[in-house]
Amino acid sequence: MSDITATGRRLPDRLDNPVKSAVMSWESLLVLVALAIFLANSFASPYFLNAWSLSDLTFNFTEKGLIALAMALVIITGEIDLSVASIIALASTLMGLALQYGADTPTLVAVGVGVGVLCGAFNGFLVTGLKLPSIVVTIGTMSLFRGIAYIILGDQSFKGYPPSFSWFGQGYVWWVISFELVLFLVAAVVFYVLLHHTNFGRRVFAIGNNATAAQFSGVRVDRIKFVLFCLTGLMSGIAAVLLTARLGSTRPSIAEGFELDVVTMVVLGGVSILGGAGSIIGVVIAAFIIGLVTFGLGLLNVPGIVMTIFTGSLLIVVIALPILWKMWKERRA
Amino acid sequence: MNRLLKSRELWLAMAILAVLVLVTLRFPRFATPGNLLTIFNDTSILMMLALGQMAVILTRSIDLSVASNLALTGMLVALTNAAFPMIPVPLLIAGCVLVGATLGAFNGILVWKLNIPPIVVTLGTLTIFRGLAFVASGGTWVNAAQMSPDFIQLQRGVFLGLPVLSWFAIVVAVLVYILMTRTPWGRAFYAIGVNPTAAVYTGINVGRTKFLAFVLSGALAGLAGYLYVSKYVIASTESAGGYELTVIAACVIGGVSIAGGIGTVGGALLGALFLGLVNNALPVIGVSPFWQMAISGVAILLAVVLNATSERSKGRIILKKAEVAA
Repeated sequence: MSDITATGRRLPDRLDNPVKSAVMSWESLLVLVALAIFLANSFASPYFLNAWSLSDLTFNFTEKGLIALAMALVIITGEIDLSVASIIALASTLMGLALQYGADTPTLVAVGVGVGVLCGAFNGFLVTGLKLPSIVVTIGTMSLFRGIAYIILGDQSFKGYPPSFSWFGQGYVWWVISFELVLFLVAAVVFYVLLHHTNFGRRVFAIGNNATAAQFSGVRVDRIKFVLFCLTGLMSGIAAVLLTARLGSTRPSIAEGFELDVVTMVVLGGVSILGGAGSIIGVVIAAFIIGLVTFGLGLLNVPGIVMTIFTGSLLIVVIALPILWKMWKERRA
Repeated sequence: MNRLLKSRELWLAMAILAVLVLVTLRFPRFATPGNLLTIFNDTSILMMLALGQMAVILTRSIDLSVASNLALTGMLVALTNAAFPMIPVPLLIAGCVLVGATLGAFNGILVWKLNIPPIVVTLGTLTIFRGLAFVASGGTWVNAAQMSPDFIQLQRGVFLGLPVLSWFAIVVAVLVYILMTRTPWGRAFYAIGVNPTAAVYTGINVGRTKFLAFVLSGALAGLAGYLYVSKYVIASTESAGGYELTVIAACVIGGVSIAGGIGTVGGALLGALFLGLVNNALPVIGVSPFWQMAISGVAILLAVVLNATSERSKGRIILKKAEVAA
């Protein structure tokens, strides 16, 4: 199967790693990386090993992780959605606007989630209906969605969300287990089943490996891609609800740069950026790794921008290492 | 095909003219030669970056790290100037090009030798380069008082009626035009974009060609680093934050196909000028600058729809029979 995928690609520079065994070892590699960072954190800071610290840690990645789950599916089909952070901005802004008109908590959530789905559907329509490349479409809608947020808000902000709404971002289900974490884990299970144990998931992989062959074997390629863009919009809408509730205010610059973190999570999780390979477990572990790194460095008073050096290097090193190792093995053989 | 591309640029030029005419109808002073030259000068940095990005996109790659490269080289040159004001500015500029090219070469090596997809590599270096700019400066700014007068004034000097900054853009545009249309390298950029497999059979080293495109993009980003810092007379970690998307937008509006192999120097320049013109016109006609982002979003979407329709009409004729047969 890997032979077919290797020659059927449009791009010749694909990674040759999505062999099944490599995927298996990829996840174990990620677990090792996560454990190493966890141990390093425990030694580096006396404040790390504490139930509440670890609980705070999860807030670092749950919102991005929720989007990464859906983004993984989009990337497996060979597309990409760079507009997710701007969807958050627009959904959050419209929730704030609804609040000004006296919306109650259920309405606010409905607005946030609904706007997310609509934005995703718009992306999906442009990509599948008009047959445009998703990377350019979503760079365009990235400007458009956040641009609308700027038009509505300018340099103002919306505040005053009700406590029942704030619970979504700040509430705890039990002891130190936050609502955000529970939602992320539940979503992870749902996406795991969807991708690895349903016909739908199998079709997603089929599209990523060879969209033409999938089309000829009866897979409705465009419809599935459209659904996936809507799904990414939905998850971005949910993330908008959580993030707005956690921050308690909306500015047009909310969630700026999230899209790159989300893509980093997905790629770090072993999803091939060229499509056709990946697993939800890998993405979930990658989300934890990003959370561990940023939180651990935060405890050590490392500024946020320096942390990005670590996440950026992590992305390149974790992808480059297996390739270098393979090259080294081939040279010896 | 050539005629098709030319008509595309004509369309874009007409769109630019239309914006100009519309604004000028209400504000006659907008279209004075002085103001138009100002717009050109303000867009110079974007034009140079768009030309580098075009070379990369032609080879079916993408360089998301240009703005971070700009911020890092800009910060390094400003720090050097603040610490050693006696170093002549032309030497500093050469250093910028060298540093930028080295950063681009780092991207290129990872794409060439390790076969990592360009979007992953440059997503990583996007954060790394900007982070390094913070580390180099310790989070502080380099401001006008710390820069030498030569450093600030060089690009503001006027030569034959144009600021030196504009001349930088013109010279770069001419050089890239010659590279693209009159050299084997330029042809190789197009060849591997149109059909990488065929390019290999004609003896083109695909990996090395991509590497060269990244070096070119990096070198221009490095040059832009000095120009940006001395134009705005401040070097900070946030210089040109998010600018990589504006650069890509300029390319897309200019008709450069994200699928590779299609794009011209004139198109990329016009795409950049269009964005520069819109940004300059908005405050004049009294539209809040907060509209800018949404408008460029709509412009990108319209451009990509236009690109797709013109690209599609090329292949259709051959495929029609097959489609009927299927």
